[in-house]
Amino acid sequence: MRGRAFQRDSIARELIGAILVLIAIVGTTALLLLVGGYAVDSGLAALWRGSLGSWYAFTSATLVRAIPLMLTGVAVAVAFRAGVLNIGAEGQLLAGAAAAAAIAISLDGLPAVVVMLFALIASAIGGTAWASIAAILRSRFAVLEVISTIMLNFVALHGVSYLVRGPLQEPAHIYPQSSTISDAVHLPRIVGAGRLHSGLLLALGVSVVAGWVLRRTAAGFRLIAAGESPSAATSAGRIDVMATTTLTFLVSGALAGLAGGVEVLGVTFALYENISPGYGYTAIAVALLARLDPWRVVATALLFGGLEAGAGAMQRDAGVPSTLVTVIEAALILAVIAVGALRRHAAVPDAATTPIAV
Amino acid sequence: MTDVVEPFFAATIRTAVPLALAALGELLVERAGLINIGLEGAILAGAFGALVGASAHGVALGFASAIAAGLIVALLFVAFVVWARADQIITGTALTLLSMGATGTLYRALYGSSGVALSIPTSAALPIPGLAALPVIGTALFSQPPITYLVYVLAPALAWWLARTHAGLALRAIGDRPDAAEAAGIAVDRVRALAVLCGGALGGLAGGTLVLAQAGTFAEGMSAGRGFIAIAIVALGRWTPAGVVGGALLFGAASALQFAFQAMWWNAPYQVFLAIPYLLSLAALAGAVGRARAPASLGQALEPRR
Repeated sequence: MRGRAFQRDSIARELIGAILVLIAIVGTTALLLLVGGYAVDSGLAALWRGSLGSWYAFTSATLVRAIPLMLTGVAVAVAFRAGVLNIGAEGQLLAGAAAAAAIAISLDGLPAVVVMLFALIASAIGGTAWASIAAILRSRFAVLEVISTIMLNFVALHGVSYLVRGPLQEPAHIYPQSSTISDAVHLPRIVGAGRLHSGLLLALGVSVVAGWVLRRTAAGFRLIAAGESPSAATSAGRIDVMATTTLTFLVSGALAGLAGGVEVLGVTFALYENISPGYGYTAIAVALLARLDPWRVVATALLFGGLEAGAGAMQRDAGVPSTLVTVIEAALILAVIAVGALRRHAAVPDAATTPIAV
Repeated sequence: MTDVVEPFFAATIRTAVPLALAALGELLVERAGLINIGLEGAILAGAFGALVGASAHGVALGFASAIAAGLIVALLFVAFVVWARADQIITGTALTLLSMGATGTLYRALYGSSGVALSIPTSAALPIPGLAALPVIGTALFSQPPITYLVYVLAPALAWWLARTHAGLALRAIGDRPDAAEAAGIAVDRVRALAVLCGGALGGLAGGTLVLAQAGTFAEGMSAGRGFIAIAIVALGRWTPAGVVGGALLFGAASALQFAFQAMWWNAPYQVFLAIPYLLSLAALAGAVGRARAPASLGQALEPRR
């Protein structure tokens, strides 16, 4: 059980792991800069300036980006734990953003708190609805969710493109975007922290609760059992694996959708075509690096939030393509897979390959 | 009439060729029991490889470096999945991400951050004397870049190889019963590695086709989900070369119809037409179940190494 193993892990080991990851990231970045012929020192300096170098950079760049990554990261982590390979957080985020924008704009005039609440609920429902397409295809037609969710990501992208040029376009019909949400409905800013908004508290809350559900509740146990060994969960645990995985898929979609709603109400204040710079894809790296644990997702989302913020500064100040971060993310996922595979080889005792004498 | 029908057929074939190449490659991989989601990455890498090769030394080197780029992605897949027994879906996803990042970074580093549209030598149409003059379908089928004709040869060759040769039988045996194949003395890992490499080469070639025979330039993320569509086509084509070619033609026709539809319903939003290939993939995947027989071990975790 990964959950119990986590409790045995000493904090020191976690810290050493985190430091190793940081060293690996800085090392990889430096190496890639060197190979690409960029100035390593000014590149890394820009990375630092853009992410942690100042209070403003930390709050308004790093933390603001970490919020959607936390929500989508938990969405991916929970789904993967149940054996549902939901690669569609991006599409679910877009569906949630569209739903939140639509509700916030159409309910304009009602009390702000009510509008905010309904918009956030709508975003979760939007994400759930988008995920439900893939969930139904999976449970009824055995369609691989990896393929279907990616297809739905593309469909969602075209869908938002249609909305911001059609039914949701701003009244003047000039720009491909929705009208702006009135100020009162914006998620409140956190005082003294620049552009940082209270969506952070929501994301932290979601991570804590999700981690607690996985560790401490029967539902969490069923979810993990269904993911680790569907046949054993069915026969020994009398768990309805299909119902558990489908429900998890929908919850995962709701969380990713919520990320879209929080982004609309906290950062962009309108629906745009490119409202997400690929948060739903980065979320996969966030979740895998966190070893699919929602509590660790908080840390890895911060890490990737900082990395993406820093990449923006590298592009601005040192002319380094910001896509470099995608390479680092992919390298991190591959490193996690490799470490996992090597551990598995090391962990298999000799007894496992010899007949057991009971 | 012909002035509508002929361009429609031509557009169908043009769109179908890279899809068919990638799907035929993935067919080999899936017949060996694996699913390579990294196909999308191989296509994108191939497209970028084609750009680099062709701008350096013409079309032939473009295609060669497209294949090489696809092979690099496939080699990583082999190392992680076949050799280290890592999860194939997660590895494939990571490789696609890696390819997106690496091609984007290299493109901006080599050709400027604005991503200036580059013009590179392209593969000219090679009309086949006689056949190209056939009415209606002549131009569409027989006045095409040579890569199109490769599909005409490759699909039947692959069908024959799978059905009639010992090697083809070994590949199918691995896909259905890897343990039995192993017991029968087949080098399962080696055959799987070769299948993935062939799939990567064909994926790279598909990307090269996009650049050298269609767009004439490279754009970041230009594979636009074709790798995933190709995987859907393999299921739609029931894991046979003939079915795969038929599936690729169906997708080609659906994309070509976009223009006809757009002309007919001028007020329907164009995004609907852009979404058609993806929606069609979903429908194809849902409809492929039940009546198709997938390789029995498809997508299952690989048995532990001995």
